[in-house]
Amino acid sequence: MPGSITSDIIRPPAPPRGGGYGGGGGQDGRGASRRASMTGLMVLLAATTMAFAAFTSAFVVRRGISNDWVALPLRPIVWVNTAVLLGSSLLLELARRSLRTGRRTGFNRYWTAGTVLGALFLVGQAMAWLQLNREGIFVATNPSSSFFYLLTAAHGLHIVGGLSALAYVDVQALRLRLGPGKRTAVDVSALFWHFVDGLWLFLMALFLVWG
Amino acid sequence: MSAPVVHAHHAPQGFIRKYVFSLDHKVIGIQYYFLALFSVLIGMSLSLLMRFHMVHPDAKVAWFAHLWPTAAQGGIMTPELYLSLMTMHGTIMVFFVLTTAPQSGFGNYFLPIQIGAEDMAFPVLNMLSFWTTLVALVVMVSAFFVQGGAPLAGWTAYPPLSAVPQTGPGEGLGQTLWIVSIAIFCGASLMGAINFIATLIDLRCQGMSLMRLPLTCWTWFVTAILALLGFAVLLAAGVLLILDRSAGTSFFIPAGLMVSDQILNHKGGSPLLWQHLFWFFGHPEVYIAILPGMGVTSQLLATFSRKAVYGYRAMVYAILSIGFLGFMVWGHHMFMSGMSPYSAMAFSVLTMAIGVPSAIKTFNWIGTLWGGKIHFTTAMMFALGFVSLFVTGGLSGIFLGQPALDLYFHDTYFVVGHFHMIMGVAAIFGMFAGTFYWFPKMFGRMMNETLGKIHFYVTFVGVYAIFTPMHYLGIAGNPRRYSDFTNFDFLGKLLPVHNFMTQAAYGTAAIQILFFINLFWSMKYGKKAPMNPWNATTLEWTIPSPPPFDNFGGQHPVVNHGPYEYSVPGAPRDFIMQTDPPDAANPPATSH
Repeated sequence: MPGSITSDIIRPPAPPRGGGYGGGGGQDGRGASRRASMTGLMVLLAATTMAFAAFTSAFVVRRGISNDWVALPLRPIVWVNTAVLLGSSLLLELARRSLRTGRRTGFNRYWTAGTVLGALFLVGQAMAWLQLNREGIFVATNPSSSFFYLLTAAHGLHIVGGLSALAYVDVQALRLRLGPGKRTAVDVSALFWHFVDGLWLFLMALFLVWG
Repeated sequence: MSAPVVHAHHAPQGFIRKYVFSLDHKVIGIQYYFLALFSVLIGMSLSLLMRFHMVHPDAKVAWFAHLWPTAAQGGIMTPELYLSLMTMHGTIMVFFVLTTAPQSGFGNYFLPIQIGAEDMAFPVLNMLSFWTTLVALVVMVSAFFVQGGAPLAGWTAYPPLSAVPQTGPGEGLGQTLWIVSIAIFCGASLMGAINFIATLIDLRCQGMSLMRLPLTCWTWFVTAILALLGFAVLLAAGVLLILDRSAGTSFFIPAGLMVSDQILNHKGGSPLLWQHLFWFFGHPEVYIAILPGMGVTSQLLATFSRKAVYGYRAMVYAILSIGFLGFMVWGHHMFMSGMSPYSAMAFSVLTMAIGVPSAIKTFNWIGTLWGGKIHFTTAMMFALGFVSLFVTGGLSGIFLGQPALDLYFHDTYFVVGHFHMIMGVAAIFGMFAGTFYWFPKMFGRMMNETLGKIHFYVTFVGVYAIFTPMHYLGIAGNPRRYSDFTNFDFLGKLLPVHNFMTQAAYGTAAIQILFFINLFWSMKYGKKAPMNPWNATTLEWTIPSPPPFDNFGGQHPVVNHGPYEYSVPGAPRDFIMQTDPPDAANPPATSH
């Protein structure tokens, strides 16, 4: 039966005419072509990079110009969140690999797990904020805390955006509507998520080295 | 290559889908154009109020008191009101006129057509970008109507003035609304930039290689890259500023600041940090304002001289260089900020370097005209006017790029004259040129040439009359952003010059009525336009005027020629369209 999970494992759906997997999206005239979507993603990542470059520059300058910077050591929960985020990226990659070999159930499981871990990251970040609040460290307490809240908030906004994309793909997959035309959505969401993951690693390094 | 695939693409139905929430890049382009037109009326009114005040600072004007009961008590404009009008004039003109119309207006309309595409890469994102820009405009204009009124920190919003709400009227809610509006505008710009870049890279039709792109497309491309990288930084800066204002942080506010006899609770920040972040955006922003106008000028000079653009490849490299170097010169806005002379020297050298590609473009425009058969249409007049104003405005920039001279010129009318010439006039002339050139295609009718010529000549003389004296005023030491200088002896003497400029401003503003009449009257009653009224070569002239909703009627054009094959020796006509057969220059003889 078309759309059935078991039959999809045994016999993956035929690739669309005129293109391989991921060649869709533009075939029926709806949505952008795969190439354009990838270009759009890269361009978006360039803009995000510039925004965080500006924040980083402000960070470095602010730290250097005054003697009121009090170092803010990273709380343990932040490390847990980092592991969670790395884990979610890994799971998304496993999902994509499953999809390439036609294992729909595998894809559904890994992708959902990755999305859930992504949401857990956000929860963990909120817990980190609450912990700082309990210690009396707020946005204006010290420039180091200002930047911690600012950078985690800006990063968190991008996580929220990425999560929306992951959730969209997840819903489509679980409803068995993830046809070849939506492969681009899978790849674009996953790549964006990996970027946001890498961005977090950069921010961790910034906090560790300069914070 | 197999027959082109016809995409299933249905024409939108219903008024809302066709003209309001439209996904059609052409409709969105026109929406942006009218947003800019509306904004320029606001911006121009503000400038007229400013010019009036400068020559009549103590005048009692009854309706001032009605509009601004607190800021113009007794009908006399206070300095604070003047500064807030100046702030909003600059902001609205730079963002909502010069960043929208040339790029998002004409670019949205013509980029897809000139590259042979059906629409932009992301039509929904395109629609979102327009409506987000409109929301930004509404938020910006709302600053006039809140308690305290519009902000007065200038379009550059330097802290600590802009970072501390109690520093003046308008610096409270007004400034917050300003920052929020700009942040929304940043988002809209980023959406637009993504669309332009993806469209240009991925949606070019067969045969449209990069070196066959019209120069308009190259400028829209580089402008989009500048917008992408620049507005991201402005957004970051705006976030930091909002935090300083409302969350008690001290990114930009130093210690020991005293406002109204109270020491503020901030410490450790630096106003210079804002300046660096702002101008890192601010300089690419002015290239965003001018580059599309350069593309339009190249296009028009070629069309109306019946000659190829001189040195097409050099023009492309010049556009790329201007874009690249544009990111490296921001410090020339900060020569007087106390920076190290070595930094100043570096920025100065790079600023002079950017004069090289600009000069190459100017010489190539002249080279395009040289020996051409010139058709003096209104569009061409505005393109020629652009060249003239670009040279005038650009030359004063060379003086300002020398730190030793900027020591004197900084914050004088010399700077005001410079940027108005180059942005306020040259870029506007680029928009006028584009309007007269593309109006037949957009609306299927011709604009009135007589009205157009009168409008051109009066405007051309008028803008020179308004802005040339500013250079003299700057040399004479007239500071900028002063609401009143009649109380200074050395400046009181300059009042006749200000008077002259104000009269010129009134006249130039008045003649713009002719443009509006021409624009709106011609939309309905202009002579019907043929497909290719200018005998031009680029792809927009191969489709009906106005174009069908999917531009090329379901077909995919195939390009065989470069964009400016005018007066090719041996060709039957003095132009070869990009989609003409490959042997159009030497068509095979037909036997009867």
